[in-house]
Amino acid sequence: MKRRPFNPDVDVVEWTGAQRPYDLLKEGTIAVVFVLIVVLTLSVLFGSPDDKPVTLKQWSNAAPIDFATTAYQELSGTSAVAQYGAPYNHVPGTGQSIGPVSLVNLMGVTIPINAAQDFVIRPLGTQTSVPAIATALATWQHASATQRSTWLTNYGNHLPTAIHNSVMVATANTGPVPSLIGGLTTMAQSGALDNALLSNSTSYYSTNYTEPLLFLGDGTYFAGLAADKHLAGDQWGMMNETGSFPGQAWLWLYTFLYQIKPYSTSSNADALVWGTMMLLSALVVFVPFIPGLRSLPRRVKLYRLIWRQHYRSR
Amino acid sequence: MTDLQIERQWTTRLRKRVEGTFPPEKMLPDTQPSYVASWIYVFGVLTLAALVMVIATGCLLAIMGPTWWHVSGVGHFINSTHLWSVEVFFFAMVIHLWGKYFMAAWRGGRSMTWVTGAVTFLTSIGAAFTGYLSQTNFDGQWIATQAKDGINATGAGSVFNVLNLGQMLMWHIILLPLVALGLTVGHVLLVRKRGVVPPFADVSEKVSA
Repeated sequence: MKRRPFNPDVDVVEWTGAQRPYDLLKEGTIAVVFVLIVVLTLSVLFGSPDDKPVTLKQWSNAAPIDFATTAYQELSGTSAVAQYGAPYNHVPGTGQSIGPVSLVNLMGVTIPINAAQDFVIRPLGTQTSVPAIATALATWQHASATQRSTWLTNYGNHLPTAIHNSVMVATANTGPVPSLIGGLTTMAQSGALDNALLSNSTSYYSTNYTEPLLFLGDGTYFAGLAADKHLAGDQWGMMNETGSFPGQAWLWLYTFLYQIKPYSTSSNADALVWGTMMLLSALVVFVPFIPGLRSLPRRVKLYRLIWRQHYRSR
Repeated sequence: MTDLQIERQWTTRLRKRVEGTFPPEKMLPDTQPSYVASWIYVFGVLTLAALVMVIATGCLLAIMGPTWWHVSGVGHFINSTHLWSVEVFFFAMVIHLWGKYFMAAWRGGRSMTWVTGAVTFLTSIGAAFTGYLSQTNFDGQWIATQAKDGINATGAGSVFNVLNLGQMLMWHIILLPLVALGLTVGHVLLVRKRGVVPPFADVSEKVSA
């Protein structure tokens, strides 16, 4: 069998020279004790952040207009979630892609969300002991799609003024919409909506916060709080932690890509950033097999600093 | 039973293979090549030590459940040790990785040692990410709502729902740690099997592969 020539980026001259004493267990023990001391010291000195989660109750009480506006957008199908597309719903023309490939659309709708039904109508269905809500729901459900659209359009046209100080202010020909939005706001302010959205599934138990988090994310209140804590996307938020704590600093490159063109201005930014990161990750994993990339260490010669004692003794 | 029958047993074959691949002097060495003399070597064992701390503090947190640390001073302190263990872990691992890159540590049939190490790094990022999602506080909420768009864009969001706390917690405390631990064990065994990569040879030392 023909031997291939020696390749310094692949092959080595195995060591047959001197050995020195090495106590593996002692080294491991010292390392564990050292890390333990460092971790305990950092924990005592700095602790860890724990900002309370935002609830729909908190949001609707602190910013009722923003909440009601968001509720209206959910009911009218104009919210971000209602217009999201896969994996939440079918919306033509949505779904990020790289070139002609849209993986999210290939996977389809697997977590179905009907914003109007799941965020407004169904939760209000638990409040039918309130006559105004029961009447509004009955009116809504018996109305035609055209009638609903007219009510929503009229309410939407007056939205900036109609809900200036009260989400219940009725305007001309808005049907049950003010009652629905007002009822949902009142429900949220009592804390009942948090539970209703969490238990939209059929099970008694639930650890799935998909619906309340999607609803929360559609408003501006939550994003405003995050921006105040320097967590927004344009503040490198993905790698930050609340307060002055180090977050996921190892995501710096991922976060950095979102700050630069073409990623920062692309409508396919997420798909492009992830595609880039997958490619870079593959390059890291397969370095030993990639000519050029595997030669860099030999050419850069940083190894001479690492093994300086060895080379000095040669 | 004949000797031949014993030789052909799966157990016998496995034992002999393990004995041949990992003799005691390789698994628990008491000497090492003289070139292994640099601070960069410390970061491999520091990564392992930090991993021990990450697992230990995570197990302590698990005893009382995922929301205990919000209402207990002791729980909050253990959460702090978990956080800082993770920070030390990544700090040490990143330096270890860069060090090994500039040593071209894949040479001499050690490519799988590099590959298992790099995949462990990527798996650890996933494990840490699901941990941040499982905090059950504001940060966890915000990261979930922001991360969903990136994950969804890959198509993975259809089965890996970052807004589902129960799912993320399970990935964080079972699935990803199992993968990361398995890879770490494999990585360390490969290091023990192949040894630490020697320095680049002088020109006069070149031999055939």
